[in-house]
Amino acid sequence: MHPVVKLVTQRLALGLLLMLAVSALIFFGVEALPGDTAQAMLGQSATPEALANLREKMGLNEPVIWRYGHWLYGFMTGDMGVALTNGEDIATSIGSRLGNTLFLAFWAALISVPLAILLGLLAARYNGRWPDRLISGVTLATISLPEFVAGYLVLYFLAVKLQWFPAMSMVFPGMGVFERLQAVILPVIVLVMVVLAHMMRMTRAAILNVMQSAYIETAELKGLSPLTVIWRHAFPNAIAPVVNVVMLNLAYLVVGVVVVEVVFVYPGMGQYLVDHVTKRDLPVVQACGMIFAAVYIGLNILADVVSILANPRLRHPK
Amino acid sequence: MSNELNYLLARAAKGLMSRREFVGRAGALGVSAALASTLLASAARAEEPKKGGLLRAGMQGGESTNSLDPALAASEVPFAVNMIWGEMLVDVNAKGEIDYRIAEEVSSSPDAMEWKFKIRKGVEYHDGKTVTADDVVATLKRHTDEKSQSGALGIVKDIVDMKAEGDMVTLKLASGNADLPFLMADYHLIIQPGGGIDNPTAGIGAGPYKIVANEPGVRHTFTKHANYFDSTMGHADDVEIIVINDNTARTSALQAGQIHMMNRVDPKIVELLKGAPGISIQAVAGRGHYVFIMHCDKAPFDNNDLRMAMKLSINRQEMVDKILGGLGSRGNDFPINAAYPLFDDTIPQREYDAAAAAEAYKKSGHDGSPIILQVAAGAFPGAIEAAQLFQQSANAAGIPLEIKREPDDGYWSNVWNVAPFCASYWGGRPVQDQMYSTAYLSTADWNDTKFKDPKFDEILIAARAELDQTKRKEEYSTLANMLRDNGGLICPMFNDFVEAKREEVGGWQADPNGELMNGRALAKCWLNA
Repeated sequence: MHPVVKLVTQRLALGLLLMLAVSALIFFGVEALPGDTAQAMLGQSATPEALANLREKMGLNEPVIWRYGHWLYGFMTGDMGVALTNGEDIATSIGSRLGNTLFLAFWAALISVPLAILLGLLAARYNGRWPDRLISGVTLATISLPEFVAGYLVLYFLAVKLQWFPAMSMVFPGMGVFERLQAVILPVIVLVMVVLAHMMRMTRAAILNVMQSAYIETAELKGLSPLTVIWRHAFPNAIAPVVNVVMLNLAYLVVGVVVVEVVFVYPGMGQYLVDHVTKRDLPVVQACGMIFAAVYIGLNILADVVSILANPRLRHPK
Repeated sequence: MSNELNYLLARAAKGLMSRREFVGRAGALGVSAALASTLLASAARAEEPKKGGLLRAGMQGGESTNSLDPALAASEVPFAVNMIWGEMLVDVNAKGEIDYRIAEEVSSSPDAMEWKFKIRKGVEYHDGKTVTADDVVATLKRHTDEKSQSGALGIVKDIVDMKAEGDMVTLKLASGNADLPFLMADYHLIIQPGGGIDNPTAGIGAGPYKIVANEPGVRHTFTKHANYFDSTMGHADDVEIIVINDNTARTSALQAGQIHMMNRVDPKIVELLKGAPGISIQAVAGRGHYVFIMHCDKAPFDNNDLRMAMKLSINRQEMVDKILGGLGSRGNDFPINAAYPLFDDTIPQREYDAAAAAEAYKKSGHDGSPIILQVAAGAFPGAIEAAQLFQQSANAAGIPLEIKREPDDGYWSNVWNVAPFCASYWGGRPVQDQMYSTAYLSTADWNDTKFKDPKFDEILIAARAELDQTKRKEEYSTLANMLRDNGGLICPMFNDFVEAKREEVGGWQADPNGELMNGRALAKCWLNA
């Protein structure tokens, strides 16, 4: 078997195994909490009979392993049950929330990733000179600003004072793509500000590292222009570390933007999870936990695969 | 009439200027206060409601866990949502009187034990069915069932028998209650088809708007109910509630014109917002109050001298000024203020008195060990700061008050009603009886001060069935004094509802019953283009 196929298959299998472990951790972690779902549903007014009835109805008297299997099977077939607090189907509500989150993350990534890499290349090209300092200074400043401060600043200047963009990023089903894009401009700006520096710095560092190699000197002696050297010869060898950081940031864009969601009233996954955690709505918390874990694991597998593919020694085995 | 007076009048009628400010400014133009009031009344009347448009409110207090079941409504957004699609038997209006809604007439037996509600004819639900007396009985029955987990269970559990005959609903009570119509105005008791027993979260009611989109924690949109029975409400074609829990985001949305009104303006920014163009602040004195509660049955608070020392060592005016930014009024250690009917305004205001507090503390014989006040930031807005002010004024009187900070998470289940001394808040109730019965009756679940006085209970129950208002007022005054002198409640302040609206919103009226005109702002206001 081709070593690349083998490696990729290995990673995928490992990822699935990891997902299984995470699912067990989430399920049994929640299981270990005092009280059970029936008690959480009935609250303080629970009478013993009502509890017994509900436990019977929800199958809580079955062995825990059976319930775990049942839950996992339901999860894989898209049946996540209903939320305890308002009886809504979890898969449906998560579906639209996850869609919103991915939409926001997609646009933030589409702008920030190429921008970060471009800026990283430029910073490496002008290493130690003023463009490098300017780029590093500005991006480090934006990452140092807490998200909510950046959010409020953007909100105040672009929405309240200049009134260029809407202050709220409310999106809802049936909204046109252009309306949606207009709605998410401000949060996209803030997210780009937050994730830019990390990826930019990594690109710069990785390229500078490669720039010490002998073959770069050869390329320079051939008379290639500095940017061509970086783009053609240094960057391909710096992809692996850059991709890892990019994937980490993409994962953050999906699972970690609750503050930005709150500031811009954006109906994404973060706010949804927080609401249900405070109400101890365990089925929803479990489902969100699984999805977040899947996003992290999936993106990390992708990063691994891309690093493998970017390595010529693995692509062209002897 | 001068141009300037006309201008003032227009602004006042639109609600951009308070009544008091108008009378003052008109006085400066040489108009007497009496004439100014008359002018204002006619100007307000002259402002005709405009029909059509989309009216939007941005609100704090919504979560993605919210349900459409009226029995479960507990926070601000579900309350306001229910008030838009639902109707109760009656409403309490801004003056504290009964407004007839689904019931068009109410009468009682002389002992206030048996009540008859006549159901209005031809009121239609959003699905085209007609509201019947059977629906009313089924609704009340659902709320008396513990399984419904209704927030109104305490209100309806005294009803021992209910029946529907034709268009008449008869309710029999276990003991007389002269306030029953007020209790039926509780926002949980929305009349649903078939009582909502089959499908409590259907969101079908007889209110002015029907639900279009229900996205809990995000937004709730409504469109006009074409066959709504009351033409004085429901002016906009569509209304929308957008959940914006973040203060800054909500304020920005109002400034940018994306919403027309908002609840919960942060008192800290009221002064700043007053200068913003196109926005007016609406502060309404309500019945909500922020409190520190001592358990009367636990040491050291089982000693009334110590309780009195604590009450005397709090500086109420300072709290109103610094915690509420002046948007509120001083409390007097009982849970009632002038916003309630039958309030006795002759009860003297308790003041901060370090010397008297020190004396009471000495008399209590307390051993001088620290007195721990448990408080979380979420107990009420500014709770930590209020506790710190309390600590300073108490320490100045020689009382060793110490603060223990608690996390918000779990505060209401682990600290409130459990710890002997903590911070809390009450939202107030429409009538005095309900407030006292909820939290100060010996047997009440939420008796969070553990105040148990058989004489107090006796007077409270007697006053409940008393139809003679003069006598009733005296009884409530006695109750207030008993709590003020012996209770475990330290009530430093009553907070105003502080809200804001844009100037294009017409028809705004101050309503002490609840936020955003008791949840009816979207139904009662209109958009001046």
